Amino acid sequence: MSYLILENIAKSFGPRSILHNINLALDEGEFVSIVGASASGKTTLVKIASGLLTADSGTVTVAGQPVTGFVRNAGMVFQNYSLLPWLSALENVRLAVEPAFPEWTSKQHTEQAMKYLEMVGLGKAALKTPAQLSGGMRQRVSIARAFAAEPRILFLDEPFGALDALTRATLQQELKLLCGAVGRPVTALMITNSVDEAILLSNRIYALGRGPGATLSPVFQVEGDAVSLRHRLAEYLTSGAIAPRLVKEVA
Amino acid sequence: MKMKQTILNILLSFVGIALVLGLWALTSANIAPDLPSPAKTWDESRLYVMQPWEKRGEMDQGIGLMTAYSLFRVAKGFLLAVLIGTPLGFLLGSSPLFFRMFDPTIQILRPISPLAWLPLGLILFRQSEPAALFTIALCSMWPTVVNTMQGVRAIPQDYHNVAKVLRLSPWRKFTKIMLPATLPFMFSGYRLSLGIAWLVIVAAEMLTGTPGVGGFLWQEYNSLIYSHILLCILTIGLVGFILDRMMGFAEARLRAA
Repeated sequence: MSYLILENIAKSFGPRSILHNINLALDEGEFVSIVGASASGKTTLVKIASGLLTADSGTVTVAGQPVTGFVRNAGMVFQNYSLLPWLSALENVRLAVEPAFPEWTSKQHTEQAMKYLEMVGLGKAALKTPAQLSGGMRQRVSIARAFAAEPRILFLDEPFGALDALTRATLQQELKLLCGAVGRPVTALMITNSVDEAILLSNRIYALGRGPGATLSPVFQVEGDAVSLRHRLAEYLTSGAIAPRLVKEVA
Repeated sequence: MKMKQTILNILLSFVGIALVLGLWALTSANIAPDLPSPAKTWDESRLYVMQPWEKRGEMDQGIGLMTAYSLFRVAKGFLLAVLIGTPLGFLLGSSPLFFRMFDPTIQILRPISPLAWLPLGLILFRQSEPAALFTIALCSMWPTVVNTMQGVRAIPQDYHNVAKVLRLSPWRKFTKIMLPATLPFMFSGYRLSLGIAWLVIVAAEMLTGTPGVGGFLWQEYNSLIYSHILLCILTIGLVGFILDRMMGFAEARLRAA
């Protein structure tokens, strides 16, 4: 049975239907991406999948258990980093390590936090506060925070959406390397507006149509010819002028 | 350039003070003969200012001692206000039910003058000192309550999500997220509360006749020594100004951190 299962999910905000008939299943060790334009309901989808938001109808199960509240053993990377500005990079990561490993000593918590900060190349910036770090560095801290708790599943909500293109490309590669470096297949659900980002990182991709009442496309497996996959995805996303931004990206 | 600006500002403020003193002297010389002139005020107050720590009698003490009594009383009342107001603000800010239940009551209690609370305090405690503290705490606590409440409400949803994602215990969420996020708001509240506490002290001392700047002021009014009233007024203003500056300094340090 799949690790994360979304069945017939629907969500409205007031009279506006955001998501409709969403079905998705993730096996352990799978990296799945959902590509969609801005305001298509992607963030709502990942919030429902992770339990931060409750769907109007449908069910979410993780490891066979229905989800109530934020999923257990899960990590999340937010688009706007969501670091606590009054804590140093190290303290931010440590804050995630402590509840994840309550039986550890304080020293072990710090070591674990440092280990992941070093993995994202921020060993020397560990004592800086978020305000003293660039956007890319902040998102590295946020990624280290999510990985350091060693979650069984990761939710990535447009993790690089707030970064410039070059930083974005660097962090995409770093995330890919990090996923390979943790020593076990990473289970992740990523939301993005970049087709290339999705192809680079995932095993499977779905496109999310533009709302109201957005639904998921049939699956796009990441295998064989990446160029043709990119074309097919872009075509799907732009058919019916769904996402003018992505049309530009393809052209 | 900045240095020059500062010197100019200080000079200008002295010009302002001189103008007001001039106006005061003119008024007492021409319009209000009962108002002691600045020179007369200084002359009759010199003993109290030059020997600020001298105790000659219960109500005949140096201005330093009188101010110290008042400051001590304010500190106690203010501390009480902070100790009650801060948790109350947190409760109101984090629980919509609590807010809906108590917000109307607070809005009604907030504008009540210290002069109205004091008699009630005297009835309840039968002694002037606790009645004064009761009044100071009750009047000065509202800015702390309201600011803390607003600070808690202003915590971005993102931080609440972080607490959920990291599975922080309620206590860790409070110490690592709620408290630091609210601290600048709390301090704005404390600053306003301290200002009010200092305003209230004068009224409280006047009505209870306890030694302090307010009590001294009222006694000298009854003894017809008007210049001492002015001494007290100036002292109250100066101390209030210094208190506000100190809180402002602490607040600025907090915002910068």
